[in-house]
Amino acid sequence: MNKNKEQLLNKRYKAEKRFRLYGQSAIFMALLFLTIFIFKIFSTGYSAFQKTWLIVPVTFDAELMMLEQNPSKEDLKDADYYDIALKSMADLDPNANEDQENELKRMVSYFFEREIKRELLNDPSLIGKTKDVYLTASDDLDQVFKGNYPRDLPEDQRRVTDYQLKIFDQLVELGKVESKFNLSFFTYPDSREAELAGIASSFMGSIFSILVCLMIAFPVAVLAAIYLEEFAPKNRFTDFIEVNINNLAAVPSIVFGLLGLGILLAVFQLPRSTPLVGGITLSLMTLPTIIIACRASLKAVPPSIREAALAMGASKMQTTMHHTVPLSMPGTLSGTIIGLAQALGETAPLILIGMVAFVNTIPGSPLDPAASLPVQIYIWAESAERGFVEKVSACIMVLLGFLIIMNLFAQIIRHKFEKKWS
Amino acid sequence: MNLILFTFIVLLGFTSYYFGRRKAYTIQSTNKRLTALPQFYGYYLAIWCAIPAFIIFSLWAIFEPTIVKLLILSDYSNQGYLDDELNLIYEKTKALSRGQFTGEITPFIEASAEKYLSLRSIAQSSKVVIVLSIIIASVAYAYKKISSNSRTREPVEKFLKVVLFTASLAAILTTVGIVFSLIFQTIDFFKVIPLFDFVFGTHWYPAKAFVRDSSEALDPTMYSDTFGAVPIFAGTFFIAFIAMCVAIPIGLMSGIYLAEYASVKVRQYAKPLIEILAGIPTVVYGFFAALTVGPFLKEIGNSMGLDVSAESALAAGGVMGIMIIPFISSLSDDVITSVPQSLRDGSYAMGATKSETIKKVIFPAALPGIVGSILLGVSRAIGETMIVVMASGLAANLTLNPLESTSTITAQIVVILIGDQAFGDPKTQAAFALGMSLFLVTLCLNIVALRVVKKYREKYE
Repeated sequence: MNKNKEQLLNKRYKAEKRFRLYGQSAIFMALLFLTIFIFKIFSTGYSAFQKTWLIVPVTFDAELMMLEQNPSKEDLKDADYYDIALKSMADLDPNANEDQENELKRMVSYFFEREIKRELLNDPSLIGKTKDVYLTASDDLDQVFKGNYPRDLPEDQRRVTDYQLKIFDQLVELGKVESKFNLSFFTYPDSREAELAGIASSFMGSIFSILVCLMIAFPVAVLAAIYLEEFAPKNRFTDFIEVNINNLAAVPSIVFGLLGLGILLAVFQLPRSTPLVGGITLSLMTLPTIIIACRASLKAVPPSIREAALAMGASKMQTTMHHTVPLSMPGTLSGTIIGLAQALGETAPLILIGMVAFVNTIPGSPLDPAASLPVQIYIWAESAERGFVEKVSACIMVLLGFLIIMNLFAQIIRHKFEKKWS
Repeated sequence: MNLILFTFIVLLGFTSYYFGRRKAYTIQSTNKRLTALPQFYGYYLAIWCAIPAFIIFSLWAIFEPTIVKLLILSDYSNQGYLDDELNLIYEKTKALSRGQFTGEITPFIEASAEKYLSLRSIAQSSKVVIVLSIIIASVAYAYKKISSNSRTREPVEKFLKVVLFTASLAAILTTVGIVFSLIFQTIDFFKVIPLFDFVFGTHWYPAKAFVRDSSEALDPTMYSDTFGAVPIFAGTFFIAFIAMCVAIPIGLMSGIYLAEYASVKVRQYAKPLIEILAGIPTVVYGFFAALTVGPFLKEIGNSMGLDVSAESALAAGGVMGIMIIPFISSLSDDVITSVPQSLRDGSYAMGATKSETIKKVIFPAALPGIVGSILLGVSRAIGETMIVVMASGLAANLTLNPLESTSTITAQIVVILIGDQAFGDPKTQAAFALGMSLFLVTLCLNIVALRVVKKYREKYE
């Protein structure tokens, strides 16, 4: 009898331990996913912050550039750089035949002409002389240099030919290949060529969309929250508004994209693909988030504050505007930043309103077509070229960096400025 | 021009605030009692100055283009043009007047362009005149009111209250906007495709519905067997099911552990870390699923001799499940913590172990709240777009094999609407019909879930 009881007790304790273990492993699993995830993004993305350059001697031959004696600055700008650019690439292998010269040309980006031009414009005295110029390597060679490209594939399955690899290896041995910080990733707009693609255009698109979103969503949401929390009578209509807000907070984001497409673009005829429309669509999405946050922090202001103000003879409106709302601002602001962070990561509605179009200029206003950072991630991820994989990860790192900064900022505002009532 | 007028109105508003307040001080200096604080006199005047002007200004901005268009096109009215041609003429006129016209210039268009320019300049100058005279009239009226020392606080506060109320209508307007943007296209869609075919059809090939020539009559038989949404609905629920298979056990167990077992320190670090998973943009999950999880599963499958698609439902659903873990864990954590301590104490007093208390007392007590959180998770899984677009297939297969690729409502909407859309084409309308069904399904789930959670909260508060 006693032994039986002990067995039962042991069994129960074992069950207890097992249950606890389940809980621990669930947490462990969740954190494991997070770690794998972050590790994977960083390990594929960090190399995108380096860019491979070929150092090629360029002879600035005035004749080939169609330049006359003592050229002016204008002449230099209009000069023909293609021939000397081509020649300096061809000179890498004196024995190259025509096909091979073509392959040599494709070892660098199609910007090589411009890079040589910039060199000369910086120092016009170079005419007639030879100088080593840094040229952006093609994305395939870039990947080869970073060790991301399987060199042992048969030649017809590679985008780099054996000949290019041979010349490239010679250059590496001579120390003519260098890896430097990839500034152009931050300053160039999107491009079809991975080695020239940057996030400047999508970054500006994101900034403009978020600004438009903030300018619309913040005032409307705060005013709405003040009404609902402080003034609204308890009736059916108020309940209806409340149900609406709670539902909107859970409506799938793509439905807001359909709203943007069906109303903003089709009915109001706003310009397609622009951060303006993107921002308005996102603002409708963030509206409920901010309203809910603002109401919560209005609710947290103790009634004694309101009563004190009312007792001093302030009107209801004065009490609200002078006392309750300022005290609720830290909570509202941190809720707003979190809402904006969500909007910043949103992709699907922006795709529907056309912000997925290929844009290779940097937008200067919310009315210019643009992409946004998450849409850029989508565009690059769908592209087949190997060079874009690391770009996607790098773009994700930039985006996550912004989200982390915004969330930290929200935390700081909350902890530093929010009054604790007890 | 509009911008200058706009800033001018704003500036006038500010100046009239100062004038109003100064007036209050002069009234005060004559030893009369003010009816409100001086700044209310200022607000009163500023509101009267700016608001009527803004109303006229925006009405003008809305109606001016339409009226100008009507006036221009009235020249062409009895020449038997079609609507589309008239629109084209108007676009040409506008382009020519901006000097951006690149086609052949006919004398007709040239005359219209001249008329357009003159109409625009008349409209501009009359707008300035009308807005300014409105400002003068309303400011004069308000100034007289102030001078006679009548009440200013009440009207100002009433106005503010109206503004607050209007802002709170934004939520309703958004919902109305969603319904409107979906419903017309959906109705048009069901005029061509019978509702029955949409709901019960098993073949979904929207690519077959090429863009139709607008002069051709619509032939419904052309679209038979094209828009059967069963594979799409099945795929959506299937992927959501896979996601919940991952999210419910892990999310629920971590919620329970955090609420009942974890020390303060563990809770302090683990909870925000898990919540990071909810803050990661879904496009990032999509990339992760497509680049890492898909190929990984394929490799494992191949090594076991299984035929796994690189875009399997399992990859998309699994990653989606990871995304939903934090929703379920934090909601169930909240729900469990709000179960009253007395229930736990009672159970412990009867000699139950912690896990027995959780399983037999706390879990049943918290069940409604947990069900609510799971329903919210399901609604999120159904509405999730980017993971499916990037990691699952885009062809609609009717299958229950998690290793094959399927498609979802959201993915099909994106596939159809990416790039240029032709409104009025059944293919575009199909996307809106899918959007409508998505909206309705998630709406029902949300309403039920929010109800359940709310009821539960009230029970223990």
